[in-house]
Amino acid sequence: MSVIANLFGHSPVRPMQRHMKSAVNCAREVLPLLDAMESGNLGEISACRSRIDDLEHEADEIKNEIRSRLPQRLFMAMERRDLLEILNRQDSIADVAQDIAEIVDLRGMTVPGALAQPLRALAEHSIKTCEKAEQAIQQLDELVETGFGKREVGRVEEMLAALARLESETDDLADSCLRALFAIESDLGVATFFWYELIGWVGKMSDHAEAVGNRIRLLIAD
Amino acid sequence: MEAWLSQVPLTIWLAGFLALYMAWGIGANDVANAMGTSVGSGALTLRGAIIVAAVLEFSGAFLAGGHVTDTVRKGMLDMEKVALSPELLVYGMLAALASAATLLLIASSRGLPISTTHSIVGAIIGFGMVAFGVDAVAWGKVTQIILSWVTSPLLGGVLAFFIFRLIRRLILNQENPTAQARTYGPWFFFVVFFIIGLVTLFKGLKNLNLDFDLGTALVLSIGLGILGLALGSLFVRRVANRVAAEGQDSRSTQSVERVFVVLQILTACAVAFAHGSNDVANSIGPLAAVVNSQEGVDLVRKSAVAPWMLALGGVGIVFGLATWGYRVMETIGRKITELTPSRGFAAELAAAMTIVLASRLGIPVSTTHILVGGVLGVGLARGIEALDMRVVGKVLISWVATLPIAAVMSIGFFYLIRAILSP
Repeated sequence: MSVIANLFGHSPVRPMQRHMKSAVNCAREVLPLLDAMESGNLGEISACRSRIDDLEHEADEIKNEIRSRLPQRLFMAMERRDLLEILNRQDSIADVAQDIAEIVDLRGMTVPGALAQPLRALAEHSIKTCEKAEQAIQQLDELVETGFGKREVGRVEEMLAALARLESETDDLADSCLRALFAIESDLGVATFFWYELIGWVGKMSDHAEAVGNRIRLLIAD
Repeated sequence: MEAWLSQVPLTIWLAGFLALYMAWGIGANDVANAMGTSVGSGALTLRGAIIVAAVLEFSGAFLAGGHVTDTVRKGMLDMEKVALSPELLVYGMLAALASAATLLLIASSRGLPISTTHSIVGAIIGFGMVAFGVDAVAWGKVTQIILSWVTSPLLGGVLAFFIFRLIRRLILNQENPTAQARTYGPWFFFVVFFIIGLVTLFKGLKNLNLDFDLGTALVLSIGLGILGLALGSLFVRRVANRVAAEGQDSRSTQSVERVFVVLQILTACAVAFAHGSNDVANSIGPLAAVVNSQEGVDLVRKSAVAPWMLALGGVGIVFGLATWGYRVMETIGRKITELTPSRGFAAELAAAMTIVLASRLGIPVSTTHILVGGVLGVGLARGIEALDMRVVGKVLISWVATLPIAAVMSIGFFYLIRAILSP
């Protein structure tokens, strides 16, 4: 076969973008899950969980495909290590969403009234952070296209700044959510612990999104 | 007619047949490598690539193929020594053609990246050592050629790196890249026409009895460059206007890449011309040596390659392309989907410049290796998402192995052919 044709390897960029899309779709499903938790509809909760499971599974398959097609011998426009770290973090977003759905489903958790508003605000903001990271990941091909030109790099840097801002706002929302939780902890009893975990996980999705952004920052650093 | 035919010695028939086979093989395999990047990026359709390749491979071979052909037919051996027993040169060159042809068969059936240039040079060194003695090999010239197999891919890579950086700075990285491409695009036409013109015209067309000094060549090349500029403006404007008319966002990469499609057609032509000018020698050089010895041409004197031989090589290459090469090209084009026109342009422009320079200096180089160098250069400038370095390893191995294998093979063929043909 031709030398020239074999010179071009499978690029991981587009699969990475597909993977991020699946992962963020998992995160997005947390909102319908919250709806079901507020209305106390246990059937709907398990339906949400199985949707998240499917999406997480889809992301896993893309992840495995990317890893098996990323041998050392590839010479890429982006560091292999950075890409793998980004992939791990993207995958964690899906995993955390899955953990959230799992505990909610297994314990049949319905939201206490005082927690509903702060939890929803937190989830919405955390998802927004993930979406910002996805937006930056969608620029990876454009970055290569422009040869990491200043203009495109500047655009991605703006996204990353917005991402960092969203993440720190999410942290603040997680704080108020926990404060609301501790205010009613005596009513909740042992359930407090699980709510504590759950709030942590919802916030964690945005932490992973920010980690994705941090690695992108390394990719575009000149 | 029949009387004339019967006067042509068997050795010339043999050499002619083998040389045509070599030219056919070059057309069937190498041209696809040279043009595949243009098909893969979508700059040329398969049909377009075949037309471009046919016209420009032939022009390159016919107009600028003489220097390398001279090197292959008489540059690597001490002709004073060879002239003492010219029949050995006939056997040797037949052996060289036979070994290069065998290697070509093996390469294409087993999918090995064996360069025809490397095999013909190795084969000539091989028979030269046993037919005329180790001292008869022009080691200075041979060393220069072998060194060029290191420097030419490097030069291709470095040029591609800087061309891509230049494109990025002038065009891709600008506020409105399509408008920038429209401004600078025609100047790339100027550069390509000028350089190819200068390299070909300056003392380059002796075999057509045209001998231009530097001044004349410069003036003519600038004229060619201006012609290129005009053509470039025409084509680039047309596509830029079409992009605008379709309401495509001129800031998007898709729009600017559409302008680069035009530019890559230009560089595809340049690569085809360059390839023809360098690789025709691999088939025609040995043939020319055989014909000259048989006709009793003074081997030491600087006689030019007859135009009909270059034309024959050109026809052979085009024939190989038309009968087989198009399939290879189609396969390659389908496999190279990661290459956008701007990258293809940078890699091809660098390769074409390097190859025509080598052709003018009479140095046989490997087009494929230089193109690989060019693509890696763009990769180093972070222009390509992923390159598979395993190919580079394979190229290096065959780089090292081809020369001695071709030499040994040619020694074997030499003894065989001498045993059969010597009276």
